[in-house]
Amino acid sequence: MRYLPLTPDDRTAMLAAIGAKSIDDLFTDVPQSARLDGPVDLPRVAGELEVERALGALAGKNATAGTVPFFCGAGAYKHHVPATVDHVIQRSEFLTSYTPYQPEIAQGTLQYLYEFQTQVANLTGMPVANASLYDGSTAMAEGVLMATRATRRNKAVISGGVHPHYVAATETVVHAVGVETQVLPAAVDAEAEVIAQIGPDTACVVVQTPNVFGTATDVTKIAEAAHAAGALLIVVVTEAVSMGLLRSPGEMGADIVAAEGQSIGNALNFGGPYVGLFATRDKLIRQMPGRLCGETVDADGERGFVLTLSTREQHIRRDKATSNICTNSGLCTLAFTIHMSLLGETGLRRLALLNHEAAVKTRDALKSIPGVEVLTPRFFNEFAVRLPKPAAEVVERLAEKRILAGVPYSRLAPDAGMDDVLLVAATEITTDADVAALKAALAEVL
Amino acid sequence: MSTMNTVGRPTTPNQVETRPATLTGGRGLLQNEALIFEGDGWGKTGVDLPEPKGDASDLGDLVRKDPIGLPGLSEPEAMRHYVRLSQKNHAIDLAIYPLGSCTMKHNPRLNEKMARLPGFSDIHPLQPQSTVQGALELMDQLAHWLKTLTGMPAVALSPKAGAHGELCGLMAIRAAHEASGEHEKRRKVLVPTSAHGTNPATAAFVGYTVVEVAQTDDGRVDVADLASKLGDDVAAIMVTNPNTCGLFERDILEISRLTHEAGAYFYCDGANFNAIVGRVRPGDLGVDAMHINLHKTFSTPHGGGGPGAGPVVLSEALAPFAPAPWVVSDGDGFRLIEREEEDAAQAFGRLCAFQGQMGMYVRALSYMMSHGSDGLRQVAEDAVLNANYIKARLSDLMSAAFPEGPCMHEALFDDEWLKGTDVTTLDFAKAMIDEGFHPMTMYFPLVVHGAMLIEPTETESKAELDRFIEAMRALATAAKAGDVDRFKGAPFHAPMKRLDETRAARAPKLRWTAPEGSNLAAE
Repeated sequence: MRYLPLTPDDRTAMLAAIGAKSIDDLFTDVPQSARLDGPVDLPRVAGELEVERALGALAGKNATAGTVPFFCGAGAYKHHVPATVDHVIQRSEFLTSYTPYQPEIAQGTLQYLYEFQTQVANLTGMPVANASLYDGSTAMAEGVLMATRATRRNKAVISGGVHPHYVAATETVVHAVGVETQVLPAAVDAEAEVIAQIGPDTACVVVQTPNVFGTATDVTKIAEAAHAAGALLIVVVTEAVSMGLLRSPGEMGADIVAAEGQSIGNALNFGGPYVGLFATRDKLIRQMPGRLCGETVDADGERGFVLTLSTREQHIRRDKATSNICTNSGLCTLAFTIHMSLLGETGLRRLALLNHEAAVKTRDALKSIPGVEVLTPRFFNEFAVRLPKPAAEVVERLAEKRILAGVPYSRLAPDAGMDDVLLVAATEITTDADVAALKAALAEVL
Repeated sequence: MSTMNTVGRPTTPNQVETRPATLTGGRGLLQNEALIFEGDGWGKTGVDLPEPKGDASDLGDLVRKDPIGLPGLSEPEAMRHYVRLSQKNHAIDLAIYPLGSCTMKHNPRLNEKMARLPGFSDIHPLQPQSTVQGALELMDQLAHWLKTLTGMPAVALSPKAGAHGELCGLMAIRAAHEASGEHEKRRKVLVPTSAHGTNPATAAFVGYTVVEVAQTDDGRVDVADLASKLGDDVAAIMVTNPNTCGLFERDILEISRLTHEAGAYFYCDGANFNAIVGRVRPGDLGVDAMHINLHKTFSTPHGGGGPGAGPVVLSEALAPFAPAPWVVSDGDGFRLIEREEEDAAQAFGRLCAFQGQMGMYVRALSYMMSHGSDGLRQVAEDAVLNANYIKARLSDLMSAAFPEGPCMHEALFDDEWLKGTDVTTLDFAKAMIDEGFHPMTMYFPLVVHGAMLIEPTETESKAELDRFIEAMRALATAAKAGDVDRFKGAPFHAPMKRLDETRAARAPKLRWTAPEGSNLAAE
């Protein structure tokens, strides 16, 4: 087997050094009844070629975003990723290193994490960011738990514009610890309705901008209302590129930002691995979940970086930790930070504007189709339309025509009574020909 | 003299003599690389994008006006920056990475190639299911391999890391107790003192009270203590097997029997499954739930700390409570059940926005298919053989924490042998860095004083093991001979000297900020 360096002679010599007669002597602690005599019933060793053929056949059965007119978003976005990104993240020293627990030989990882934290803090407009969480949805759950710790209150008010899967992932976890959630009905443009629900027991208000219907909202007034009642404002962002064009959550008064960073540097990957961005205010640092990288000096006084504030974390605090999180999204944070370094502010702003432009163009094309009603009033790169037919059915019909037209809202929330709503995203990859193809095909099936 | 905590770990760095620095801060191949924020990248970009034709005036006041504070790098500058940084990292591709409990094994590049096939990497999680049948089939195949290797009837694939898998398992256990009406009285989770920190953290996270179970002198769960703490107020036990001392729990069948008799569930931390894969099925040990770190046992890269993947195999009793989504197959192909209400009404909810770590599924399946069932069995055997070889060859100089009998995939030493040398486990670890090796896991498990936990994995050759062993022997001999200076100031030859972690935590500086008086950047 090509990954196993020991030869039969090595094994014999090593067993002799140990003083064991056979390999079975090393497994004697396993109860007799639980020892398997031979290999389980699965295929045997396979060469590279065989594996490539088998997996290539499975890959070949999927319609890839890059080969069709593509308008899917709803929390995962296709952007062009510079070739440098994937090259660098495959360097052995990044790909095959561990969590930087020995900082003297992990400054590469630690420095990019420090740079990543700074980029995320500046992008979100917040004072501090951590070294990433699993994804945006788990970041939202962690944000709600953090808010309950910080305020010693027990209830989260969640806007009807938050991605339903984010809400589900959050409720699953926070209900287990007895945190209450109040989720407002799905609505395209009603983030401000959370204000009326804030009470003395509210730990946090959660709003998303742009929301799941694409609507961008100035949340300043919501922040003021939350703060006046002693609650925190959590802003969820599922499309990180949007912050290159829209006012940052920090500028609008957010206390915690829980965002999905996939759209910078990371491929669609059928939903994962992605990278959760998590940022907050200085006074809440010690309540944060996840790893943090901090600056320090070495014995020569040279600047260096280490993982820090680990007294919040499970490996030190065990059952008193702020979260059970250990692993973060290491390599995905690296992809994010490389792509962001290449873009810089100039590139990010331009990229964001190109996204907006593509979405406006797509919106204009679709709204001219009879029966199609555009629902989203202000958007970044995604908007909702109402169709005269169930959106899931339309999407299937268009998929048969090799057009991935978007995400039916009913896929995220079957019970919302919005079966006719389609979420359509456009990015810098969207061409005029893609838009024309979508328009023609949609007009045909409606 | 440095201060120490309760397990003998120094909490302050030692004073060392400084050596003359180079004039530029660079040293040989190692460049003194500034932060991207400290260069001239303000206003620069390394991505050529077309000039936008429109503007964003339709968005009015929502448009961001102030500087964001993001420098840019041209492509050559970016490449240099990150390659220079990379050279300051240890990696499994450079040398043995013997971190006990972390399982740093070779990461096959075929897996990377497969994960990057557009048919896996360039598909959207919410595409019509008819357009992703191959992806769903891959998830189904992965599930089949994991269930067969563990002897368990069900698996929840979506947890995004080991700790997320623990969360999944405990949530399923909690849901099962809720379904049987016993949740209100079963509020305790029993966890051995040697457990990973994630175990008690997860149990507490889910709202349970953690009760510690003692360990015997031979490094196993104290069954009598466990039995005395089991009762109708216990929801589950969380046992790592092989455990964090690198030992197989000999009484595992008795442990699971007692647990089930008490009406509790057996959660197994599967972090060390690599030691027994292909030779022992956890299902035969009475396990109810076990997470599998795909980034440990099945070689998906650790990537400097992630991403991981932590699928959880489940017993018949817990299977109905598995979270959404999951894959089913019928005559029409494969279907993703995305809402718990759609099928089994008992699913406990959803753990993340989409279907988990697809990129890791592809890599893990590529690894499993490459080995086959026979190769995976050999993986466990070689991992255990390598660890025992290290233990055998170092035990005359260093004190094995549990000298009797074989270990499994990792060899555990304590710091008894360093007594009187003024060298601590930390000092010894830092001196290993100077010799070109990444240190073993230190000060874990907490039940062993000054612990040194060495896990070679099966992908080390005998020659590399011998090289490592000779270095360890040389260092151990030096420590005993009183060559303390070699250890106290170490590392001397690494990209950095010993870093002051206390200082970092005292006044946390977690981001770059523009120097006073500069007009650069926001904040």
